[in-house]
Amino acid sequence: MKNFGYTIQRDQSIDIDQNDRRIVNYLLSLEPSFNLCLGCGSCTGTCTAGHFVDFNIRRVHTLLRRGESKQLKTEMKKCMFCGKCQLVCPRGVNLRNLIITIQRAIEQIG
Amino acid sequence: MKIEGKRRIWKDYQKEIAEDRYFYVRSCVRQNFFPGSERTFLRIMKDELNKDVFENAAHTTCSGIGYHSDIVPFETVMTMVARQFALMTESGYENFTTSCITSFGLYTEILETWQHFPDVELRVREHLKKATGREFIVPKNLSHASDVIFKFRKEIANKAKFKLINKHTGKPIQVVEHIGCHYSRMFPSKGVGGAEYPYVLVGMIEDWGGEVIDYPERRHCCGFGFRQYLVQANRGYSLSCSKKKFDSMAPYKPDCILTNCPGCPMFLDRWQYALSEMEGITYGENGQGIPVLTYEELAGMMLGYNPWDLGLQVHQVPVEPLLDKIGIPYNPEQKFLTLDGMSIGKPETPTFLKFY
Repeated sequence: MKNFGYTIQRDQSIDIDQNDRRIVNYLLSLEPSFNLCLGCGSCTGTCTAGHFVDFNIRRVHTLLRRGESKQLKTEMKKCMFCGKCQLVCPRGVNLRNLIITIQRAIEQIG
Repeated sequence: MKIEGKRRIWKDYQKEIAEDRYFYVRSCVRQNFFPGSERTFLRIMKDELNKDVFENAAHTTCSGIGYHSDIVPFETVMTMVARQFALMTESGYENFTTSCITSFGLYTEILETWQHFPDVELRVREHLKKATGREFIVPKNLSHASDVIFKFRKEIANKAKFKLINKHTGKPIQVVEHIGCHYSRMFPSKGVGGAEYPYVLVGMIEDWGGEVIDYPERRHCCGFGFRQYLVQANRGYSLSCSKKKFDSMAPYKPDCILTNCPGCPMFLDRWQYALSEMEGITYGENGQGIPVLTYEELAGMMLGYNPWDLGLQVHQVPVEPLLDKIGIPYNPEQKFLTLDGMSIGKPETPTFLKFY
């Protein structure tokens, strides 16, 4: 391949039709309370891990919905399972089970 | 493509285009990129439509490339443009027609500026008088050459020897239209059809028998962007913009791309070669690429002009597959010959892109 002295920037647009939504479908079948999330961000606001590292459960939610599973793998390693997010969730989403299910989905689906 | 709503918008943006007596100004770069296009415009206007089109040899650059690259200040640009208007006035014409989209955008911008700030116009008149001793009157009508071809598209269709129909399938040729950013994005009312749904090229394609493809990145810039290209290290940004468009249009299987700007056909054509050499990606059927045409070239093709007189041999993406689809005859042996039979030399064969 030739080098003309410049490179191609990868397109950062999100194509929902192209992305892999198997993880979010798996998750919704095992933890239906995920559907109740209204995106208020209370989970992220109270997250212990989020105070120390760049971890944002609301962003995890968005990545899941968009089917961007590559970034999910590194994100999920940051959770400490303290459960504070679940305590403050106004919709009663079972967040701890959600995180465990995501990790299991990543292992099984990839 | 649902065009009902678009037709309504197109109706809101109708511009006045002069009927005859055009003062024509060429583009700085088009004569190198697509050398047959401007000549074809003049040939169509004079020989086919019997119109009066005048060129003044003293015409210079409008300095639009320098302006959009932040090199030439606006005050200088306005004075240079005032000089072009003075040439028109001295030649006895009132209708100004530009070949270049950036020039058209710049002339529009300057006329709008003078309308809102008459004191600026007075100052520019003073600069011009001091520098050159010239005076000018503001053009009565300003149009881009694609506006003029659009105006006479039905006359061209009546004289056409070919239609945009695939002779093998009998179906309309699928065309992607690409409008230069400076045509109507800055001043929507100055373009046919406005900024969002410009009708200028669509009208030509429809009247000449083709079908327009509506695809997600239709209004995305080709990537030229002046500074993006002028600095070598930034060219990847320009290339990435074109790639985004190609990736978006490819599933619709376009037969060709039609443009009305000097930069767009250059980049949409040459970047297909760069992409193929850098990443091995080719678009179009069997790695032959998607041919990119200027509106003059397409009009000339419809009128049955010799493809090599139109300058189609200097395209990076070969145009032969499209000529075969429409059924336009051409002599492959004359492809790289001058009018008097001298060889102009053959280009290197690309690694991936098909070469004829």
